[in-house]
Amino acid sequence: MMNCKQATRLMSHGQDRQLTLPERMRLKFHLLICNGCSHYNKHLNIIHQAMKRISDR
Amino acid sequence: MRVTLWSSHYKVVDMNAGAGIQQDNNASPGVDAEQISCLRNEMLRFASLQLRDKHLAEDVVHEAIAAALKSTGFNTRASLKTWVFAILRNKIIDVIRERSRHPVEEFLEEDLGDLDEAFDDHDHWRRDHKPADWGHPEAVLANEQFWVIFEACLTHLPQNTARVFMMREHLGLEIREICQELTISESNCWAIMSRARMRLRLCLEENFLE
Repeated sequence: MMNCKQATRLMSHGQDRQLTLPERMRLKFHLLICNGCSHYNKHLNIIHQAMKRISDR
Repeated sequence: MRVTLWSSHYKVVDMNAGAGIQQDNNASPGVDAEQISCLRNEMLRFASLQLRDKHLAEDVVHEAIAAALKSTGFNTRASLKTWVFAILRNKIIDVIRERSRHPVEEFLEEDLGDLDEAFDDHDHWRRDHKPADWGHPEAVLANEQFWVIFEACLTHLPQNTARVFMMREHLGLEIREICQELTISESNCWAIMSRARMRLRLCLEENFLE
């Protein structure tokens, strides 16, 4: 069973590399049951989009 | 009043006054002083964010524009911008390489702060540290206040953490390349990226939601 600390690390890795299928499945399940991590995932995507817009300016 | 020769085509008169860029008669066709002045501000912003050193940023921007104007690799406004930013990017990477040959401290040491306090003994979120709902991502990115806070939070990242984060997110280097450039282990690099995002997110949440 994945905990939140492991999930945050995996979400960050997912921004920089392709996660393996088992990693994706475990993370997906964790995000279904953890509201905090689900928000965290959205926040990382917002940060990534913000950095992309800064670079594209 | 300070006079600085930028290239055979341009000179800057009184840089502190901002707009004093004059064009010589033999300038490249299609390139005007206003365009260079406008680009210079964008480039300074880009370089400052990356290098976190205003004077160094001014130096690399100066060199990048001088190098771009010596060449003929552009013929329109759009290609001039692409051209000078490509040169600037390479000059920034050169500076980072030079810096990494003289590391001043261990990379992870500076960022072992309070991030672990967000988790309990079982490594789940503590109730008072649980990430909140920021609303719809597009609405967040359309909010002007968000951008002010975002840039402030970027500026306040610990120096080495910011260096790794910006190399990845701003310069688009792969993790493997960053490890090689900074001579740090890959596991260290992954940890720094994870902490950079966590710290940036926390800073945004503490300031943006208030």
